[in-house]
Amino acid sequence: MSDSAYIPSAASALPAAVPTAVSNKTVTLRHSALVRVTHWITALCFFALLVSGAEIVISHPRFYWGEVGNDLTPTLFKLHIPASRKLVPTGYGYVWPDGNGWGRYLHFQAAWVVVLTGLLYLIFGWLTGHFRKSLLPRRADLSWRAMSTAIVSHLRFERPSEAEAWSYNLLQRLAYLFVVFVLFPLVIWTGLAMSPAFVSAFPSTVNVLGGQQSARTLHFFVSLSLVLFLLVHVGMVWFAGFRSRMRRPRRNNTSRR
Amino acid sequence: MSEPSSGKVSPSKLSRRKLITTGLTAAAGVAGLGVAARLAQKYGLVPPDHGGIWGLGETLTYASQRLLTRHSLAREFSRSQISKPPFANEIEPPTDEFKRLQAGRFADWRLSVNGMVARPATFSIDQLKSYPSHTQITMLQCEEGWSYIAEWIGVPLSQILQTVEVLPQARYVVYFSIEPDTWESIDMADALHPQTFLTYGMNGGELPVGHGGPLRLRLPRQVGYKNVKFITHLTVTDNLKTFGKGVGGANAEGGYAWYAGI
Repeated sequence: MSDSAYIPSAASALPAAVPTAVSNKTVTLRHSALVRVTHWITALCFFALLVSGAEIVISHPRFYWGEVGNDLTPTLFKLHIPASRKLVPTGYGYVWPDGNGWGRYLHFQAAWVVVLTGLLYLIFGWLTGHFRKSLLPRRADLSWRAMSTAIVSHLRFERPSEAEAWSYNLLQRLAYLFVVFVLFPLVIWTGLAMSPAFVSAFPSTVNVLGGQQSARTLHFFVSLSLVLFLLVHVGMVWFAGFRSRMRRPRRNNTSRR
Repeated sequence: MSEPSSGKVSPSKLSRRKLITTGLTAAAGVAGLGVAARLAQKYGLVPPDHGGIWGLGETLTYASQRLLTRHSLAREFSRSQISKPPFANEIEPPTDEFKRLQAGRFADWRLSVNGMVARPATFSIDQLKSYPSHTQITMLQCEEGWSYIAEWIGVPLSQILQTVEVLPQARYVVYFSIEPDTWESIDMADALHPQTFLTYGMNGGELPVGHGGPLRLRLPRQVGYKNVKFITHLTVTDNLKTFGKGVGGANAEGGYAWYAGI
């Protein structure tokens, strides 16, 4: 195998298929079609949400805690950037052009697409046992020894064995589980908790977060966590060799038995 | 995934059965979408800005909100949570007409109501105040991200709509500001909602000009830009196409969503 077997990394946020029958000319894909498609729709939507989210934030780059916050109240923190509204006291003379119209349209449209895609992925993952097989840590991986070995080899950027390249290691599994089942649900929840109409029907969704401005601040930090994940994820894929990871039919004409 | 999926479907595998099944599924899908679209229209789940590239997201949002939150009440807060002072967003410099009315302490301010109503009428602020006044302590949220809580005092819009006798086929209320090119519209679910107020007071006093005094449409389940200041005119209609560019509001014409409950 060439560099394609290098891991500590992931080809995508989503899971691996272990080839069962391999002959010389068989084309084997690491991931199922649905996992690939949902991954790339999610990637596209995430990019759209990030750009539009940044666009919305610059109209008021101040963050608060509790129910209310505005130019007259103290901030929790502020971003030291110009705003797209001249009333916001940023300390800058420059005012960005207003992009909140398309920003909000794009943000909510991308949110819909990513939520529906996520639902498809969850149903698929449940039905096929994908989460259990590919994402839940194997019992053997959960001993202290196995965990410390995984962490140390990860930190050393050690090449994994060939077999390992076909499934996720412990750290990948934990990272993906965290993104799929913690960060994504949280970012959706904190987003909905900012909607005045949604919280009129489900007030506890915002009340337990401490208020509308708390929801906004949490939304910002959960989004930052997702961006951090994305950077590590893309960095790892790059280290592992993007081409071999991403090239669609993974030709299996090297000896693999 | 027990089996790795194969990268290609070989042409031989594209059997007649597969083609027929795919065809039927596609046809059913298209027919299903058609039926869904018709039902959505019938039950008022399609916003006026459903066209264009953002139509999908806007329609999903509006339809979901109408199915989930038609009657729900915006959160109300305690008196101790009222923001002091409330933040007044920027307003356009007042027109000469506004200055004249302001000089007369808004005694000559009029709200006219027409359209699909049995008894078109005009109200002064004092006349509006003659109806039982209602209060709500609710949050005003701006689409930019900031917010404040205030006590809003006014008459529910439903009271005025009842007075002018709205016709059964009415679907929207269009509302206009004294400011040029400033108007918005809401569906009947929001127009008849108990927290949708024609607001003339705030925090125990008159509604300050900075907050839209003497008359502001208060709609706590939608963000700030739908809460239009300086209201002078309402029209009840069953069709928004005849207003402006047909997307239901000056903000929608300026590239902002018509439904702003999100």
